Amino acid sequence: MWSWVAHRITGVGIFFFLLVHVLDTALVRVSPAAYNEVIGTYKNPIIGLLEVGLVAAILFHAFNGIRLILVDFWAKGPRYQRQMMIGVGVVWVVLFVPFVIRHLSHVFGG
Amino acid sequence: MTTPEIAQPRSSTRAVSLKGGGRNRSGQTNFELYSWLFMRLSGLALVVLVLGHLFVNLMLGGGITALDFGFVAGKWANPLWQVWDLLMLWLAMLHGTNGLRTITNDYAEKDQTRFWLKALLITASIVIVVLGTLVIFTFDPCLDPSSTLSVCSK
Repeated sequence: MWSWVAHRITGVGIFFFLLVHVLDTALVRVSPAAYNEVIGTYKNPIIGLLEVGLVAAILFHAFNGIRLILVDFWAKGPRYQRQMMIGVGVVWVVLFVPFVIRHLSHVFGG
Repeated sequence: MTTPEIAQPRSSTRAVSLKGGGRNRSGQTNFELYSWLFMRLSGLALVVLVLGHLFVNLMLGGGITALDFGFVAGKWANPLWQVWDLLMLWLAMLHGTNGLRTITNDYAEKDQTRFWLKALLITASIVIVVLGTLVIFTFDPCLDPSSTLSVCSK
């Protein structure tokens, strides 16, 4: 149940970021200076921390989504859905930890 | 009192009324089935497209500190990344719009509210998809006077 709620919340959050991200990328058609200035805000430490949250949400949504597909299409999916939930957590940690270390060292100039 | 006209099962009049429009026996289309299937297929593709995008842009090289106009120009000089980004744009927008449509249907209880929220959602999505597509196809790397790309050195 909570994973279903979290899937919806992360999905909505990612969608609104996507709208903004297409708009900021569209500035490459305006001028290099306009694009560089706006993309520069993504390098700000506060926004850098929000990006960590965004990637956390994307990784959960991606691997929980794969779990949902397996529950729907794999004959044994419903029986193993609990174990697969643990698998989602493991894959999430394995990908998220290296990302946080690397991204924050970029953002905070390590 | 008048008796409603109900055609015999398998009679020709009933068969005709069930034909066409891609509608099933209950008079509904299979739209929700296809939408359910699309979420799973596009989701699978998006795992690869989005995680690949994040890895190349945020993990390799200087990560976020290296992102600027020149970075985008370098990437879109390669048709692979143009196709990658175009596919990602369309699939992510359709996947996200369809997800928000489902959520709106679930939580907006008044017909009017639901109608206007979905009208706003679909309008916004069309604008973003058209804009993003135009940006990918009309991108001009030589807008940058200091560009070192070979296409601009004439």
